[in-house]
Amino acid sequence: MDNPTRSSLRNSGYSAEKLEQFRRAGPTRTHKGGKLFWTRSRKEALAAWLFILPDTLGLLIFVAIPMVLALSLGFFEVNGFGGYRFVGLANYNRMFRDPLFLESLWVTIVYVACLVPGLYVTGLGLALLVRQRIPLIGVWRSLFFMPYVVSLVVIALIWKVLLIDKVGFVNRVLQMVGLSGEAWLGDPRFALGAVLFITIWFLMGYYMVIFLSGLQEIPREYYEAAKIDGANAWTMFTRITLPLLRPTSFFVLLVSTVSAVSGSQAFDIIYVMTNGGPANSTSLAVFYIYEQAFKFNNYGYAAAMASFLVVVLLVLTMVMFAATRGGRFHLT
Amino acid sequence: MLTVATAVLAIITASPLVWMLSASVKEPGEIFSSSLIPQHPTLDNYRYVFTQLPFLRFILNTFFVAGTITVVALLLHSMAGFAFARLRFPGRETIFLAIFSTFLVSLQVIIVPLFILVQRMGMVNTYAGLIIPVTFNAFGIFLLRQFYLGIPIDLHEAAILDGASYWGIYWNIMLPLSRPILSALAVFFFLVNWNAFLWPLTITTNQDLWVVQVAIASFQGQYSAAWNYIMAASVVVALPTLFLFFLFQRQLVESIKTSGIK
Repeated sequence: MDNPTRSSLRNSGYSAEKLEQFRRAGPTRTHKGGKLFWTRSRKEALAAWLFILPDTLGLLIFVAIPMVLALSLGFFEVNGFGGYRFVGLANYNRMFRDPLFLESLWVTIVYVACLVPGLYVTGLGLALLVRQRIPLIGVWRSLFFMPYVVSLVVIALIWKVLLIDKVGFVNRVLQMVGLSGEAWLGDPRFALGAVLFITIWFLMGYYMVIFLSGLQEIPREYYEAAKIDGANAWTMFTRITLPLLRPTSFFVLLVSTVSAVSGSQAFDIIYVMTNGGPANSTSLAVFYIYEQAFKFNNYGYAAAMASFLVVVLLVLTMVMFAATRGGRFHLT
Repeated sequence: MLTVATAVLAIITASPLVWMLSASVKEPGEIFSSSLIPQHPTLDNYRYVFTQLPFLRFILNTFFVAGTITVVALLLHSMAGFAFARLRFPGRETIFLAIFSTFLVSLQVIIVPLFILVQRMGMVNTYAGLIIPVTFNAFGIFLLRQFYLGIPIDLHEAAILDGASYWGIYWNIMLPLSRPILSALAVFFFLVNWNAFLWPLTITTNQDLWVVQVAIASFQGQYSAAWNYIMAASVVVALPTLFLFFLFQRQLVESIKTSGIK
């Protein structure tokens, strides 16, 4: 967002009339207490606390407390009626002996390991492609970005039909070019690949936008100078683009890793398309945890597994915070 | 050459959405034909969705939920963002740090304890349960704070000297100035909440409270072979978001550029 310039300030908001209005209103006395107690800085602090109160309280109740609960609930057995029984480390012992959980961790690792580089390459590739000055570039950019605005449930439904065995559109097209189709969602060898493909297709336009804004920050003169020195496109990419894109790259890698671990996109896709199957091949940890909680009512056990993910994500957040020096980061 | 490659790739990328549109006007027997152009285009699928199912109700529910979240979230986030950017108070850095640390916690990870908590508060199967727990996020506060930090501080000081109250500064000066970023965020928030699935799925079992995403995901279970109906419903669900996208593309892209975090 552009910062407002002086001229826009003059035109909007704080106009001369408004100033006059404030002047006429005179000093406001919102607090009637003795002058000694309500100093200016105390008034300011009180106002500030009131300003941040609703949001802070909301975040405390609906984000921070659940986080703490996630870490502690794992020590209890919780039944569907809200009864709690302290069971110590039982849930955690069970967790590391549960082949399905361990398998879901493995699926998560494969998913993250494929998704993060996949998004990096496609996002950057598209950004480089649509940075060219070619006709109708705005239209092509929009088309690449378009899947991202559609809900994942709809996306998953579309692809479910497209990938249906034998008669689905994808297999029809493959048959037309002489390839044999596969039961993409019914075969444990392909199902996770299909989910990955759809996630990348959905998200690549979003990362394209982020990379584009990173690329725009690189001064054109660098490329012009390199061209004069006889550098080819590949040299310019590895010597100018990649190094100067490092902050953007870092940001993209971190955000995509965090959202991949927490299954931000995968959950909806898996819920609609595969339900974790076939043969648990698409059962990501977040999906397995959800099933344990809301299908089998094992809330305590689910919380124990979730706390494992919370710890992983907290570590990632701290890394991000340290690397960006207290959150005052810019994309460039 | 490059133009052709880009164009072809872009069209392939968008083609599944075109396919959905085409399937939604196809007759049941024709849905798996490889042709994108329907032989006998029909609106029967849409008629079915709106007459045989309470789909209008689901749409109104979603508008209400997503709209309320957007308005309330923008108000609260801009208030907090303003205070963090412009007011001095003890604990400012600490509280902001604490808020920032919830930045990357996603719903999927805390859904079990959050559900238990919200259940205890008696908000299962209520509009409040659909709205309140997902209204608060650090992302909006953070973005608006960044924006307010960019507004010249002399403006703030001049208003103080003129005796404006803090609320007056926020309401009469800061809010009008932040109209561009607020409209960008409004589009973004509405989109995200219109598309939200996991939380509504978890918190509502009562069909009267269903939002569109939950509704179409469950049709799929009930009418597993009736893909033409499901595609028509999908078009109806996707249409408002695509519409917003074409209208506010610039704002949407801007808000992603500034933030980068969903």
